[in-house]
Amino acid sequence: MTEFLQPLVIDRWAYVFTILLLSVGLYGLVMKKNLIKKLIGMNIFQTAVILFFIQQAYKHGGTVPIYDTTVGARPELYVNPLPHGLMLTAIVVSVATTGVALALLVLIHRRYETLNEDELLQKLRES
Amino acid sequence: MTWSQLPILTPVVLLVGATAVLLTGRIRPSLAHRLATATCASCFAIAIALAVQVHHHGPTHYALGGWSPPIGIELVADTLSVYFLLVITGIALLVMVGAAPAVERDTPGRSVEFFAISLIFLLGLSGIVLTGDLFNLYVFLEISSLSAYTLVSSGDERAGVAAFRYLIVGTIGASFYLLGLGFLYSVTGTLNMTDMAMRLDPAAIPVRLAAVMITVGLGLKMAIFPMHRWLPDAYTHASSTATALIAPIMTKVSAYVLIRILFFVFGTSMVSIDLPIAQAIMWLSVAGVLVGSTMAIAQTDLKRMLAYSSVAQVAYIGVGIGLATPLALAGALLHVISHATMKCCLFLVVGAVELQTGNRKLSSLSGIGRKMPWTFAAFTAAAVAMIGLPPTGGFFSKWYLVLGGMATGEWWVVIFVLGASLLTATYFFRLLESIYTRQSSELAPIKEAPLAVALPIVILGLAVILFGLFNSRILDLFLRDAMPPGLVISG
Repeated sequence: MTEFLQPLVIDRWAYVFTILLLSVGLYGLVMKKNLIKKLIGMNIFQTAVILFFIQQAYKHGGTVPIYDTTVGARPELYVNPLPHGLMLTAIVVSVATTGVALALLVLIHRRYETLNEDELLQKLRES
Repeated sequence: MTWSQLPILTPVVLLVGATAVLLTGRIRPSLAHRLATATCASCFAIAIALAVQVHHHGPTHYALGGWSPPIGIELVADTLSVYFLLVITGIALLVMVGAAPAVERDTPGRSVEFFAISLIFLLGLSGIVLTGDLFNLYVFLEISSLSAYTLVSSGDERAGVAAFRYLIVGTIGASFYLLGLGFLYSVTGTLNMTDMAMRLDPAAIPVRLAAVMITVGLGLKMAIFPMHRWLPDAYTHASSTATALIAPIMTKVSAYVLIRILFFVFGTSMVSIDLPIAQAIMWLSVAGVLVGSTMAIAQTDLKRMLAYSSVAQVAYIGVGIGLATPLALAGALLHVISHATMKCCLFLVVGAVELQTGNRKLSSLSGIGRKMPWTFAAFTAAAVAMIGLPPTGGFFSKWYLVLGGMATGEWWVVIFVLGASLLTATYFFRLLESIYTRQSSELAPIKEAPLAVALPIVILGLAVILFGLFNSRILDLFLRDAMPPGLVISG
């Protein structure tokens, strides 16, 4: 059993973790009826992608990517800084998306006085 | 200024324009529309200059911040990019010219913000088609999507719900794209498109996984069946100007990204031979054409009918991408420009009708063709092009699609295009019949739309026919050079 699991799960636990988070996010998106919970599902999904990028920057024994005279010019001893830079941008995008989504939810709640998808569909059909 | 700086000029002009619109709008709101139109006009001029430059001197590269690629981000304007840039800026200019009365009516007191966000939306789209960097593309994709959600929410009272759905689906699509990009980055260590195309190993499992994820992500953005559910709601409930701006170009730009990544980064042989991605896109698009057309027949609201027909027409582009032969891809690209013009024309007519009558039910259109002759002459041209009758642009794009299918022995494409055109004909002929032949007394006070509204509509109607008549010129000027490596249009 462990021989089977070793290469799939234990060596690649970061991937397994990403997939788990993605599934949790997708579950929230599809199954939850409350629009706020859908939004939270979406955020978890985005966070999973961000963590996926960050974990591939990691190097065992690597240090902060600032030139250090005691370490020298050896790229294999520094953590890859690029994914962090990229994900900083992705986080900004994610914040902006959440902001727009929340503004839309305020708009919906003002108009229909509910954030439950079923009740909302009911009211949409009636109007 | 040197010519090599032209690629960056479009996004910069749009960004400056958006800021200027917001600032001057505080002082004099009436200036916002003129400023936005002027910005779009200068962008169209820049796009033409860029097209001339690329035609004579080949692809133009611009390294952002002086960092040379593949380390830095570069903008690349090649024939495919400028083709899409011309479509985006041209449509934007024509929508902007007549936008003032409709925007003032749909979003009273907020027209300054509306114009500023429209320019940001165009900034995102032009950035997407110009960038040569895959992560930069994601950022531009999200800039355009975020402004699209906002524009959609500016519509009627249900627009908020439609925009929220669009936001959720669009963000999931973008996240899938980003996840696929993560796999690609982890195996190649680069984000530059050209560099990545050289370093990719098409047989590696992460690369294949990435190809699937990116296709799913972009499929959501492009509304390929069965991922099209967000589109009809978003287009129906958005304000008429927002729909006329978003519908013709947003899904086309997603198609551009799909073409760029599948054929230029992954390579034709990988996506059509090693993996059945192209085939999957093709069959889903075939289903999309049939479902979209059938749903369009069942609608009673003019805007919703056009929205469903958008699902169908965008799927034609998917069929062309899926066939992955030079002529079919040329058909898909030709359909980009012809569908953008005719759909923009149709949605602008909807806006003009709403402006003049305050109604957009199909039943209320009886006899309107005589009251608004110029507008509905253009509408008829666009409707004929939607059905795909010669000599309009819509006919020739489907013609190349059929030729491309026959080249590889896919004879069913002939029957499919004929059948789908019949479905389209069903709802457009019904519409044209009621517009022209039926009489209606309630329509008595309705007048032709004001010149600024009617002029862009007539220009688009003429363009639809001209693109058909000069389709071989478009083919020679743009499409031959726009083909991805490995695909050559013979003859």
